Amino acid sequence: MIIDINFIGLIIASIMASAVPLILASCGELITERSGVLNLGVEGMMIIGAISGFALMTVTGSLIIAVLGAMIAGVLISTIFAFLTQTLITNHVATGLALTIFGIGISAMIGKNFVGIPGKEFPVLFEGLKDTIPLLSPILFGHSIVFYFAFALPFITSYFLKKTKIGLIVRAVGDSPESASNQGINVKFVRYACILYGGAMCGLAGAYLSMIYTPQWIENMTGGRGWIALALVVFSTWNPIKILIGAMIFGGLTIIQFHMQAIGVRIPVQFLTALPYIVTIIVLVVISRDSRKIRLSTPSSLGKSFHKDN
Amino acid sequence: MEEKLIKITKRDQPSKAIFFLTPVLAIFLTLVAGGLIFYVLGFKPFEALKFFFIVPIADMYGFSELLLKATPLCLIAIGLSFCFKSNNWNIGAEGQLTFGAIVSGGVALLFYEQEGFYILPIVILAGAIGGMLYASIPAILKTYFNTNEILVSLMLVYVSKLILDYLVVGPWSNPEGFNFPETRQFSDSARLPLLFEGLRIHAGIFLALAAVVMSWFVFYKTYLGFQMKVSGFSLKTAKYAGYKGKKMIILVFLISGACAGLAGVGEITGPIGQLHREVSPDYGFTAIIVAFLGRLHPVGIIFASLVVAITYLGAETAQIFMQIPKYTGQVFQGMILFFLLASDYLLFFKFKFIGSKK
Repeated sequence: MIIDINFIGLIIASIMASAVPLILASCGELITERSGVLNLGVEGMMIIGAISGFALMTVTGSLIIAVLGAMIAGVLISTIFAFLTQTLITNHVATGLALTIFGIGISAMIGKNFVGIPGKEFPVLFEGLKDTIPLLSPILFGHSIVFYFAFALPFITSYFLKKTKIGLIVRAVGDSPESASNQGINVKFVRYACILYGGAMCGLAGAYLSMIYTPQWIENMTGGRGWIALALVVFSTWNPIKILIGAMIFGGLTIIQFHMQAIGVRIPVQFLTALPYIVTIIVLVVISRDSRKIRLSTPSSLGKSFHKDN
Repeated sequence: MEEKLIKITKRDQPSKAIFFLTPVLAIFLTLVAGGLIFYVLGFKPFEALKFFFIVPIADMYGFSELLLKATPLCLIAIGLSFCFKSNNWNIGAEGQLTFGAIVSGGVALLFYEQEGFYILPIVILAGAIGGMLYASIPAILKTYFNTNEILVSLMLVYVSKLILDYLVVGPWSNPEGFNFPETRQFSDSARLPLLFEGLRIHAGIFLALAAVVMSWFVFYKTYLGFQMKVSGFSLKTAKYAGYKGKKMIILVFLISGACAGLAGVGEITGPIGQLHREVSPDYGFTAIIVAFLGRLHPVGIIFASLVVAITYLGAETAQIFMQIPKYTGQVFQGMILFFLLASDYLLFFKFKFIGSKK
């Protein structure tokens, strides 16, 4: 059997495409967690982004409004979470769960009128260069702008956290809110900002799913990706570059399903579909086994509320 | 210039009265917000709320349906209260329910042509064991491999649903069933008896009540309950006191898994009578809200399960009579939890009016 080298390039490109929503959501959540906040509402924020993007695209016809609108929707829904956990000092885990349940319900409610409507074609960049370099061309060229942004994001995030002053402040707030507060940093403000940023990225991840990856609205279309994104943050030990690796592995698992079915491997389809979830568990076990390493890299105040008496 | 001053101060101790009153406040606020949402969607708010919360339980049949839905919610929430009280975040009850249903359903199918009084107890026991086995996975991974139980228990929900899907489509599908994704009907001996002729409410409600009594006894009358409470407040204190943390984690997960598994048995041997793709309309997730709304208290959970069960019925009724989308139920459930968490602020802080200042 001769395998066309461009075919391999196409497979890698499709793996990368399915990694995009995971990278976006994980990088957003990573910033939130680095500031000491655990937001389990990723799935809810993503699905809100997905329906908002798709609905705005259908109603206004503008892709830019749709993408920005999805990010704003993510910000708005995460504001609920920020207000509850930061101002009213509620438990992060319970609030995040409420956000996910609420998000899935609201999205299905809004989405009722958008089921079965075909999506629009999303413009791709560098399409003319598609046949220039064997193997690399399908990987490098002909993708949406969100795709390129997603693959730049881990590096931007890493630079932001390590080299910028604001990044340093975010880490300080996550590692020791008390000392950050004593240094005159407004802990709640920083955490609010990080939560809203996470919401924007999750909204974008959702919009990518409903507008670019599979351009249509399907109920519950995030299908657990939000939870896998959360797992990826643990997998990365809060290091954005490692999110890239993790997201590629999970993207690969998703794509493998289709190809295994296509070449007629006799494994029940349900087993292949379950694979990403099972692998997530295995990976989490392997990563977490070394409790010292996890303790060193976890933001020290993760999930703990901070309240300053005036 | 005159200025009124309100000072927010931390309470020395959380107020006990407010602890049990805030859930009522949360329900009230949910109704107000729900009315607003209906208004925005273009429905008459009061009429919509009436169809949502009153019409469904206005007759005996409706009341029986309410108990039917409240039974699994109460059972699972009781189990979850063991986990949540001791700071273990088992959010995969839906998976434990599904796996319990799979195991008990498998046993029920073994007996599909047989009748006998011994069948039902075996089927019920199998469901509890199935739920326990499934819950033991996050518990063991948490205790021995330091793995986050939230993510593991949640991932397992997806896995369990896929296992069920595989079984009812493939090896367990009814040979005479024209390839429908469902198993054979269980024999009558594997079915929970109905309590009243013509109503769907079944004997599973006694399982839920037994769980309520059991949990009350464990929480307030045993050393284990005390240990759980201490660990919930402070893991450090628990360690200092020398409690066997690992054993307790596994135990609360097993209890919680057994309850979820039993809820699964109740569904398939009660109203459903066979295995098919959808054994539960997300009871396992909704029960998390029930557990919190009931303040992790056995009696509170009974009331909370009834309140939240209405959102299931109301969503159906409102859809039929007013074409209100059925997902409104989930929106209400999310809002109840939001408002409940928000009103907890009153528990820990008090507003003090300190006169006006010139």
